Amino acid sequence: MSGSSTDRRVVIVGAGHAGGAVAAQLRQFGFAGPITLVGEEAYPPYQRPPLSKAWLKGEAGSETLLLRPADYYAGAGIELRLGATATALDREGRAVQLSDGSVYPYDSLILACGARPRTLPVPGAGLDGVLALRSIADADRLKAVLRPGLRLAIIGGGYIGLEVAASARHLGAEATVIERESRLLARVACPELSAFYADTHTARGVRFVLGAGVEALTGTAGQVCGVALSDGNVIACDAVLVGVGAQPNDELAQAAGLACDSGVVVDLEARTSDPAIFAIGDMTRRPLPLYGCTWRLESVPNALEQGKQAAAAITGRPAPAPEVPWFWSDQYEFKLQIAGLPIAADQVLIRGNAGSGRFAAFHLRSGAVVAVEAVNAPQEFMAGKLLIASQKPVDVAQLVDTGVPMKEVVASSAAVCA
Amino acid sequence: MTRIVFATADGGRHEVEADAGASVMEAAVGAGVPGITADCGGACSCATCHVHVDAQWLERVGAPEEHEAALLEFADNVGPFSRLSCQIQVSDELDGLALSVP
Repeated sequence: MSGSSTDRRVVIVGAGHAGGAVAAQLRQFGFAGPITLVGEEAYPPYQRPPLSKAWLKGEAGSETLLLRPADYYAGAGIELRLGATATALDREGRAVQLSDGSVYPYDSLILACGARPRTLPVPGAGLDGVLALRSIADADRLKAVLRPGLRLAIIGGGYIGLEVAASARHLGAEATVIERESRLLARVACPELSAFYADTHTARGVRFVLGAGVEALTGTAGQVCGVALSDGNVIACDAVLVGVGAQPNDELAQAAGLACDSGVVVDLEARTSDPAIFAIGDMTRRPLPLYGCTWRLESVPNALEQGKQAAAAITGRPAPAPEVPWFWSDQYEFKLQIAGLPIAADQVLIRGNAGSGRFAAFHLRSGAVVAVEAVNAPQEFMAGKLLIASQKPVDVAQLVDTGVPMKEVVASSAAVCA
Repeated sequence: MTRIVFATADGGRHEVEADAGASVMEAAVGAGVPGITADCGGACSCATCHVHVDAQWLERVGAPEEHEAALLEFADNVGPFSRLSCQIQVSDELDGLALSVP
């Protein structure tokens, strides 16, 4: 396929970060055919990360959320179909049917349907005041209730829950985080990082209830007023934020018979089991060559990377080199940057001192760095990315010695194994 | 409106009108300047909005803060005039600012 063809049509289903980015990436790669971007929400593609941070705290206005100015799409010849959902795929006829009955033929289809917050399978989950956080509409509802003195119960001690706890404290609300596991961020972070955040939030007035199962949400007159725990205790509250993970919106793909495995299965070109259909972003299960596994990465950098993969494949460019996944989280004055997947390490080494508010946890496997969690430690993050990509053993004595600059650690890792 | 001129790695020249108070990165992304991807959306976390400031503008643009400088230390094609454009605030006195995208 050539990139200059003007009669090939691309339809993108989902106008989140992934969908918006791939549309623009196609144009940057010289794709000249018609592009239609179908989005369920009323807004052009926007950034979700600030919804739990700067935007929620009122430090960033709504206009700063948009990925690109609203008039960008018309100018770039990208048709925006907002407030519409795709209801069916006709793979044989290569067409998508939308909720308003219209049918869009495609040569390449890109699914960018995202994920949705998991709901709590307990009585009372549908009460007023039980909130989730994914979209602008969700964030509007949360922002509307957050006020000084409000008692917010946050179910789930993951990144969303902790970021909202930080923003809630900033706005003067009380925050209690209820977590099923015995530590925060249990599935995604090392124990040292969990402990750092527990201390940091506790010092700022956040309360934690760990190892606690939720039996029910209780209410009066339809409004939530408590979280009933399995040990019999009830946490009184005025509102509940549920942050217990997300599930992929892969129903459309499943109904069309595309290979799915808790997410649409794609290759390194972001191609699904149908060569004319690509899938990108939170909804996909993708290969991670550096880790020799497949994974569902819910992150902006992954959405952008897979957008690049799909746009490259559609325009006949070589696939981008395998990337090091990365993530970030801002809480209070602490900027956390994570590179790689903090999984399957056989050793975790701490560089710096958590008490100083500036440290990094390096995850090693067979002597090579596979992930780094860096708190207010940008050198460690950037160097960590390089070390992960190189897959070479690192001098652990140097790595934990803050007297040795990270540049030197990277250089000697490269030299030893050159 | 403030005029900002980007010279891109492919030899292109992009003149962008920016609102005071926005970041230079936002202006670049809005105009689709190639090479400024701004993966983190301005959280000063990724170094994908790296620019070189033309020497004559250096003083008015100013030097990077510590966190930004640390990210830049490991960015590709870094030079003495490197900045992350998400950390440069557009203001009237930057009208005509000339930047190149490495």
